[in-house]
Amino acid sequence: MSAILNSETKKVLTDPLVNDNPITLQVLGICSALAVTSQVSTSLIMALALTSVTACSSAAISSIRNHIPGSIRIIVQMTIIASLVIVVDQVLKAFVYDISKQLSVFVGLIITNCIVMGRAEAYAMKNPPFESFMDGMGNGLGYSLILIIVAFFRELFGSGKLLGIEIFPLIKDGGWYDPNGLMLLPPSAFFIIGIIIWSFRRWKPEQNETADFKIMAISHGEGGHH
Amino acid sequence: MEAYVSLFIKAVFVENLALAFFLGMCTFLAVSKKISTAMGLGVAVMVVQVITVPANNIIYHVLLKEDALAWMGITGVDLSFLALLSCIGMIAALVQILEMVLDKFFPALYHALGVFLPLITVNCAILGGSLFMIERDYDLIESVVYGAGSGFGWALAITVMAGVREKLKYSDIPAGLEGLGITFISAGLMSLGFMAFSGIQL
Repeated sequence: MSAILNSETKKVLTDPLVNDNPITLQVLGICSALAVTSQVSTSLIMALALTSVTACSSAAISSIRNHIPGSIRIIVQMTIIASLVIVVDQVLKAFVYDISKQLSVFVGLIITNCIVMGRAEAYAMKNPPFESFMDGMGNGLGYSLILIIVAFFRELFGSGKLLGIEIFPLIKDGGWYDPNGLMLLPPSAFFIIGIIIWSFRRWKPEQNETADFKIMAISHGEGGHH
Repeated sequence: MEAYVSLFIKAVFVENLALAFFLGMCTFLAVSKKISTAMGLGVAVMVVQVITVPANNIIYHVLLKEDALAWMGITGVDLSFLALLSCIGMIAALVQILEMVLDKFFPALYHALGVFLPLITVNCAILGGSLFMIERDYDLIESVVYGAGSGFGWALAITVMAGVREKLKYSDIPAGLEGLGITFISAGLMSLGFMAFSGIQL
């Protein structure tokens, strides 16, 4: 195992999880996915779909990277990604039809998910297929991590369940938990991600952005007109 | 007529692509630092949306839908799985053509929108609009109205967001929450505001 996973491959696989997370740090791929996080099961499927598309498309693009003319590379990448997404979409329709109905257009939107394109442009165009595959996988997993954290909180507090299994018995079924309806609405996903970013940056302060403006105390000589 | 007005209002407020479906979030967060650029991008999205949604609608109904090829004498063919590929191809091609047309005939507009046009190809809001159109089975006029409404809604959301962020510069934000974190939280609050429209019956 250690022969296959040398330090470079390990780095590209694990770095995107926390240190260089595509969502919290690179601000990529928030687009299509947040709407599917109101349940853990849909987010798991979405995470799986995106990870496999990113890994496979990176490997495919990287293996033909020396034959793609620079001027049409976006279209070539787009076609490869779109074909892979069609495959994933058909597989989901065949095996997990109910979840594929709930995901509706969001599986298709993996095509324009910035993570997939971003990794193709930034990594796969310059590196050999196996490393690119691992890099795609790592970024997919980093995205999955955030998606599942968000879904965990939304489903647990919004409907008292996890993966459809009751955790907090609801008041209307004779239990004690009064579900928080806000958690099922879109705004809660924004709040939870905001809080995740905040906690990541408290944990690793080097991820902080430098502020455009600094608030400074007014010295007594200048600001005397209060 | 009334149905179209209500579809428009619904697309702008109730089903706002940015705030209710999280579409186009990457550009929404990246380009919302200044009101003027945000507005430019918003207008570009609206223009592209009005063109691409109906164009994809025509392609879908004439070529891809189940039995759509009957006019060629071919029946029993269902190419709807190709919709994803054709939609994104159509969007990429139309954006390219729009760029050339603007460059040739409306140079002033081209200079205002030029930098944003390539960004739009990979904007999820555009592809999302077309995919929603297919999923909800809109006809041609409905798709024009839906394209205009969803584009306008997105433009409205990004312009308001830019306004909020311009003011946020002057606020004292807790360490670690600056930049991206606070932007997410204010987008959440805005989205909460847009939720208030969801009870409207037209």
